[in-house]
Amino acid sequence: MDTLLNNFDLFTEGFKNTLILFSFSAIIALVLGGVVGAFRVSPVTSMRAVGTFYVNTIRNTPLTLIMFFCAFGYPKLQLPEISYMNLAIIALSVYTATYVAETLRSGINTVPLGQAEAARAIGLPFGQTMTLIILPQAFRAVIPPMMSVFIALLKNTTVAAGFSVMEAGAVKNYLSERGEPAIVGLLWVALVFILLVGVLAFLQRKLENMWKVAR
Amino acid sequence: MRKKALLLGVSLVAALTLSACGGGPANDGDNTAGDSNSRFEVAKDVSLSGSPTFDAMVKRDKVIIGVKEDQPNLGYRDAATGERTGFDVEIATWIAASLGFGADQIEFKAIPSVSRESAIVNGDIDYYVGTYSITDARKEQVDFAGPYFITGQGLLVAADNDTIKSEKDLKGMRVCSATGSTPIQNIKDNFPDTKTVEFDTYSQCVEALTDGQVDAVTTDAAILIGYAAQDPDNLTVVGEPFTVEKYGVGLAKGDAVLRAHINDLFTNGNDTWTQIYDDTLGQSGTKVQQPEVDAS
Repeated sequence: MDTLLNNFDLFTEGFKNTLILFSFSAIIALVLGGVVGAFRVSPVTSMRAVGTFYVNTIRNTPLTLIMFFCAFGYPKLQLPEISYMNLAIIALSVYTATYVAETLRSGINTVPLGQAEAARAIGLPFGQTMTLIILPQAFRAVIPPMMSVFIALLKNTTVAAGFSVMEAGAVKNYLSERGEPAIVGLLWVALVFILLVGVLAFLQRKLENMWKVAR
Repeated sequence: MRKKALLLGVSLVAALTLSACGGGPANDGDNTAGDSNSRFEVAKDVSLSGSPTFDAMVKRDKVIIGVKEDQPNLGYRDAATGERTGFDVEIATWIAASLGFGADQIEFKAIPSVSRESAIVNGDIDYYVGTYSITDARKEQVDFAGPYFITGQGLLVAADNDTIKSEKDLKGMRVCSATGSTPIQNIKDNFPDTKTVEFDTYSQCVEALTDGQVDAVTTDAAILIGYAAQDPDNLTVVGEPFTVEKYGVGLAKGDAVLRAHINDLFTNGNDTWTQIYDDTLGQSGTKVQQPEVDAS
């Protein structure tokens, strides 16, 4: 308990930044993933190719490597300076978007083909077919796996600790320098993560109930 | 310079390997050639009664030492040859020799700063020699022999940097150090106008410095001198150390016998310490006195 109370400043600062990383990355990843997911089921061949290429390259690259490119590669390009926090958000969003896209695509595949055919039959263009008919049904089907993606994102934020973002993953480094026992510090970090994931699981249950349909 | 260090390392290991034969029961009487050019004479018939760490070493016939491996001239491992060199590595080898273990009976384990206490407490290593500052908070978990070196927080900047001459010029500058390390916490607390950048290792900070992403790298001056000695054309250490860090040998808590043995070794080592220093960190051209051990 002392480890937590004596270093409360570290824990609050760390988890504040973890939550910033998580919330911004989650929103950007959801939007970007939605676009890429739509690309992957698009009737246009070149769009499908772009979507497939994006998912296959980024998803097959370890997150640490993407972070590395952002934190060490980008500044070498002599472009306008971006803070390490924002670079980390970019890396997390780009990475998580591939999982969001694939999860969405699996949801889209659960919507019977007849739905899309019917939408086309009444004259809806591709955009409206997606936003009005397919995606609402797809989202409903993918809530549980989508939440898993976001829980993974929450835990993935700790990778940013190595790239100059003072978040929960960096707390152990600070504690060890202050002479606190490392294991105790890590247990407290783990406990807070369990609580945060609990919040996400609660959100998942709420959403499932809200969008439940009688089958 | 690196070639010289390598040569030194190779000859040292060769010498130690030869002299180490003297310790083994099978090779009695066959050690005359090795001893004459070995820096660390491997002690024979050492007994430290009441030291659990020493008993464990004897039982497994090997000593396991925790070190750093990314600090040039302090604790460094050449990725290509696997050769370990540096001041801390030499000190660790010296201690092992005094306990009766030759170079072939040493297993070095690279332990990052974060896991030092747990590695000692869990008994993964027998002792730790790797820029390990003695602090009261750490003394609650481990014991320290020494200090064997005294340094302080310094600043490493690009050689052509004219603006940063000491810690007073840090306002508005970007300063890099290892994540959560004491120097970066010190900068955050006492130099609030300074922007901090934190990476996992000092090498990444040094790379960021050569790229111009940061203006200075800060940590113990000893570590910075090691980097500057590696690339003297582009890097230089400025100002005087503005904190005091005392490096000690990390030991399991309560092993007073082993601690007293290492302290005696440091106190009665004559010029061994100076020789080690001159061959490693001293290559940067600095002269330093061996600190007195704190036996209390």
